[in-house]
Amino acid sequence: MEEKILHSVTGIFETPDDIIKAAKGVSSAGYKKYDIHTPYPVHGMDKAMKLPWSPLGYVALVLGLTGASLAILLMWWTMSVDYPIVIGGKPLFALPAFIPVTFELTVLSASIGTVLAMIIFLFKFPNTSHPLHDTPYIKKVSSDKYGVSIEASDKMFDLNKAKDFLHKLGAKDIEEIYWDNEELNTVKTIWDKKFLGGLVMIAIIVGGGTYFAINKLVYMTPFNWMMEQPRLDAQSVPVYFNDGFSMRQPVEGTVARGWMPYLITDADTAQLSDAKYMNPVPPTEFNLNKGQRNYNVFCSPCHDYHGTGVSRLKAANKQDFPNPPSLHSAKLRGWSDARIYHVITKGQNTMPSYALQITPEERWQIVHYVRTLQRAMNAKPEDVK
Amino acid sequence: MGIEIINEPSVIYGKPSLASIDDAIIKPTNEVPSKKYFMALSVTITMLLIGAVSLGLTFYKGTGLWGLKNPVGWGFDIVNFVFWVGIGHAGTLISAILFLFRQKWRTGIARFAEGMTIFAVMTAALFPAIHTGRPWLDGYLMPYPNQHWLWPNFTSPLLWDVFAISTYFTVSFVFWYIGLIPDFATMRDKLAKNADSITQKIKKVAYTVLSLGWRFSNRHWSHYEMMYLVLAGFATPLVLSVHTIVSFDFAVSIIPGWHTTIFPPYFVAGAIFSGFAMVQNVLIIIRKIFDLEHIITIDTLEKMNKIILVTGMMVGYAYGMEFFIAWYSGHEAESFAFINRAFGPFAWSYWIMVSCNVIFPQLFWSKKLRTNIYFMFVIGVLVNVGMWFERFVITVTSLSRDFLPSSWSYYVPSLIDFGILIGSFGLFFTLLFIFIRTMPVVSIAEVKAVIEGSQPTHHHDDEGH
Ligand code: HEC
Repeated sequence: MEEKILHSVTGIFETPDDIIKAAKGVSSAGYKKYDIHTPYPVHGMDKAMKLPWSPLGYVALVLGLTGASLAILLMWWTMSVDYPIVIGGKPLFALPAFIPVTFELTVLSASIGTVLAMIIFLFKFPNTSHPLHDTPYIKKVSSDKYGVSIEASDKMFDLNKAKDFLHKLGAKDIEEIYWDNEELNTVKTIWDKKFLGGLVMIAIIVGGGTYFAINKLVYMTPFNWMMEQPRLDAQSVPVYFNDGFSMRQPVEGTVARGWMPYLITDADTAQLSDAKYMNPVPPTEFNLNKGQRNYNVFCSPCHDYHGTGVSRLKAANKQDFPNPPSLHSAKLRGWSDARIYHVITKGQNTMPSYALQITPEERWQIVHYVRTLQRAMNAKPEDVK
Repeated sequence: MGIEIINEPSVIYGKPSLASIDDAIIKPTNEVPSKKYFMALSVTITMLLIGAVSLGLTFYKGTGLWGLKNPVGWGFDIVNFVFWVGIGHAGTLISAILFLFRQKWRTGIARFAEGMTIFAVMTAALFPAIHTGRPWLDGYLMPYPNQHWLWPNFTSPLLWDVFAISTYFTVSFVFWYIGLIPDFATMRDKLAKNADSITQKIKKVAYTVLSLGWRFSNRHWSHYEMMYLVLAGFATPLVLSVHTIVSFDFAVSIIPGWHTTIFPPYFVAGAIFSGFAMVQNVLIIIRKIFDLEHIITIDTLEKMNKIILVTGMMVGYAYGMEFFIAWYSGHEAESFAFINRAFGPFAWSYWIMVSCNVIFPQLFWSKKLRTNIYFMFVIGVLVNVGMWFERFVITVTSLSRDFLPSSWSYYVPSLIDFGILIGSFGLFFTLLFIFIRTMPVVSIAEVKAVIEGSQPTHHHDDEGH
């Protein structure tokens, strides 16, 4: 049989007072690698063992501050940089509204991080193969006894001296604890077959699961309801209606948006109803530009760019299309806006209606432009100033 | 754990030996459960199944199966959510806040209350998840770079909820688990290394893994106690923030009856109120069937009843204050909302709430009544009924009659709604019953640390933390 390697010598004490005394004794004897095992934290033990103050408080502070800054950074970047969108009239960087999430992430990162730091870095857990495990010693200290263990790796360790020392302190059940050779000799590597197999298994499960969720699951009932909602599509066979249409006839008198009917039939009424049909579009630069654009497209072929009435149409085709009258006649300058609008909407003799090509708003913009042309052609002295 | 000895009635009756504490607490996990236990478990599992069927139907057919309709778009789903989150709060209060205040009487009940917190939060988290109607898309709530190129709205209280609840659950879970590690180690060491029976073997492996290899080393205890303090320090503001944020769901909107600044403290007080009633109720049953009457003592229960009395009065004050502010604001819609609560079509629910939450708990002023097990149990049940109705009153009455009288209507929950409510109780109690059979319901290490004679006698020269 292989030589067993000694881990430590242990001794058991009966009362909390004894164990405090023992701890003081062991630490003042100069041992560095020793430990006290108690079923619950015994008051004053840290002091008896001369342990330093646990640094976990500072760890928590640092992690908490990190969490807070990352949270603010995340919200700042997503809400004000990557996808800036004003919500509820709040600024893009709305700090007060970010506080709840910042707080939660601070607490989350600080507490989880500190716990992990303690377990992984301070305790080196999980470690279920420590020599002390499953010894009679730990069975006692996990229930109702208090124990001391002096480790063999301590510089001043000597088996017999340590045993004598524990005996002098009043320890009972003095025991030698050995490393388990089997555990000591197994070397764990990344190339371990079990480990690699596990990795492959995880990859297959995660990959398959994701593929299934994204490519299959979302197309199954009821998960596909985002795409397929119960509704009647145009041109589809209706379920509820007997007349064969899925579209319903709108209520009588329904007016489509932007299609307010124009009820005036004769030009004189239009001239008189100036007050009722005032130009609703303000003569801004924007509206005048649009008016110019549409005038040039729709009116200028007959009326000329300046409204003089010299038809480009006639010049090009040499046809017998009559030249329209000038838009600058005194008669026309006396017309109301509503009357010009009326001509565009209804047409006049040989001039056709433009109601189908030009929306009401565009018509009013053109009216503004025609007025501008008239004023430019018949400028008064004060206009030049 | 680092608690000073204060002069107060004994936390633990008698002077049990350390080993007998192990036995008393571990016993329920080793015995074959009694018939009564299985009967109770089958009742809760039946309830759970009713809930599962109702939920399945909801998923398949959609939330149209619930009683929701315009203008009441929040019904049982939100009521149950707020109710269950509230229940959870007592656990954290007992384990973290009372720990910071050095209240030794918490030791007997802390573990159990923490367990309740976790199960209550799990139950609660179900509701926001399902109330979206398409719970399989809830992942969109997480801020991750996604195919829509969109981010969640961090200025919305509903998103704050997501963060608050998930943080609360995670931190409570870790707190609970950290406390369990030494106890798992004790249970591990009670089992032989090479046991014959298969159950023993499974238990040994499970407890070995769960204890992470804890060795009861004082070098570890020293960090461990600091960790516990840090966690308690974080959990305390966390628990207050959670119900505050839940109340923001209401308070940040403009519905009359919701839009008030008293909501955060009022919700937190209510949460502790109902949570304590629930803990007290369940503890009464547990201590009876598992013979833990000397560890979960009548003194402890009495102290809990005092807290129920105090928080009950806070809640009562909030009810009164809401009325006062509604009148004082001079806002017509606001005043109407409250008169409508007390005398409108939902007046029945309002008066159930007031009598259960404000009137009945006043009986706890009498020492005789608050130390009577049967009496306090009844009051505890009533308080929970009352607190459920409080959430119902807040959510439903405010929505059913808001600014637009033409759309007012009455809310009638559907059978499916009740099925899910029953299911939520089923889930909570099933988890609880499994917990009390597999894990130590009382913290072994903490109880050992506070019984008489467990701490060194000369400790005037070494002050604790
Ligand atoms: C197809 C060629 C043509 C186009 C295009 C045209 N018009 Fe005319 N327009 C005429 C003719 C021809 C007349 C004369 C009709 C008549 O005999 O009364 C006329 C008459 C008018 C009159 C009345 C003049 C008057 O003295 O009675 C106005 C105002 C007018 N047009 C404005 C416009 C405007 C504004 C547009 C652009 C939307 C436009 N027209 C487009 C051919 C056209």
